[in-house]
Amino acid sequence: MREIKAKDITETVARLSKEANYYLGEDVISALKKAREQEESPAGRQILDQILENAKIAAKEQMPLCQDCGLAVVFVEMGQDAHIAGGELIQAINEGVRKGYAEGYLRKSVVKQPFSSRTNTKDNTPAIIHTEIVPGDKLKITVAPKGGGSENMSRFTVLKPAQGRQGVVDFVVNAVDEAGSNPCPPTIIGVGIGGTAEKAVILAKKALLREVGKPSPDPEVAELEKELLQRINSTGVGPGGVGGRITSLAVHVEAFPAHIASLPVAVNIQCHSARHKEAVL
Amino acid sequence: MEKKITSPISPDVVEGLKAGDQVLISGVIYVGRDAAHKRLVETLDKGEKLPFDIKGQTIYYMGPSPTKPGHVIGSAGPTTSGRMDAYTPRLLAVGLRAMIGKGLRTDKVKEAIKEHKAVYLAATGGAAALIAKSITKSEIIAYEELGPEALLRLEVKDFPAVVINDSKGGDLYQEGKAKYRIQVGTKK
Repeated sequence: MREIKAKDITETVARLSKEANYYLGEDVISALKKAREQEESPAGRQILDQILENAKIAAKEQMPLCQDCGLAVVFVEMGQDAHIAGGELIQAINEGVRKGYAEGYLRKSVVKQPFSSRTNTKDNTPAIIHTEIVPGDKLKITVAPKGGGSENMSRFTVLKPAQGRQGVVDFVVNAVDEAGSNPCPPTIIGVGIGGTAEKAVILAKKALLREVGKPSPDPEVAELEKELLQRINSTGVGPGGVGGRITSLAVHVEAFPAHIASLPVAVNIQCHSARHKEAVL
Repeated sequence: MEKKITSPISPDVVEGLKAGDQVLISGVIYVGRDAAHKRLVETLDKGEKLPFDIKGQTIYYMGPSPTKPGHVIGSAGPTTSGRMDAYTPRLLAVGLRAMIGKGLRTDKVKEAIKEHKAVYLAATGGAAALIAKSITKSEIIAYEELGPEALLRLEVKDFPAVVINDSKGGDLYQEGKAKYRIQVGTKK
């Protein structure tokens, strides 16, 4: 059995928290550049220029891309033949978030009691941690800070099976259309279809981790992604919501088998500051 | 072409601003978001004095990231304005003249903007490191205990923004979207 030290997990999460907040992924940058070439709206182009310039400044000065450094969403894939030594996994991750957000001058945006006092926990913990047990003896950690502006535009519904594919398309397009300028377009749209309520929502969030614009390996799903993107980019919302052709850079759909009675659909909107960094221990 | 304007923005200048105008703002702006807005309105409800004279002023909806040593402020982009909608008509009624944020406002807020001859501008959401470059001074004036939600007074130079809702009822989010919208099949 391979041993992974808890303190290495903490150090890794701290580093990934900072890197995710300072450095926009190359895939996001090239998608933004392509959008800049395609956008017809002058106001929209100006916003894309600002977003690209912002990414340069953030990287150069090691400043957060966005003042909303997000809730720290952490995906963990733990090999079943690995063993964590010298501490507990969840504690090690939260300690990493605490360290990374303090050292990195990242904003702490977590409040403790959400429905009443809403007091800031002051260290951006607890992280939102999703763990999965996988084959092997490695530990893969993905830190994906998620801002409130885009997360607040998430939608979930359970359609009737009779509503089928068209029902899914209408629900997703409507969610993005209604969100308008709120989630900081151009966005990336994560869609989870099938499973149970919680499964669909997790799939939608996980879909955001895919390389921007990389189609689903399932041709039918890839076709759906294509149609959704085309429909979304016909809404006219545009960069910053000021009107334009590029409302979203990509739509990523993850599908999963569902109950004979259900067609769950979840939408998770990611702002253009699509931050995630990963490491394997 | 951007218009250069000074904040506090004079009534004449506000009335000359049209939805879609690009502006570069220099001067003084105040910063407050959810928790600060709640306190401002509670203060008014108690009949007490606000921590600053709001008449004619500009409020920026923002909660910065922490300031690194040697910097004026951390990253400083706009937050979603809609969360301030519940408080906005009240503040416009006591003299607030301009708001900077991002995202949609309710009809009630848009009506109040027209009624009080005010203006709502947007800065680019997520362009927070870029926007920070236009901030030359930052000081906390109240509610320090709210951390990133404290009330700040900023001095800005060529702060980039675009007019969304003007004093005549113009609405860039609606007009821009309508201009580029393509009707497809069964879509509403």
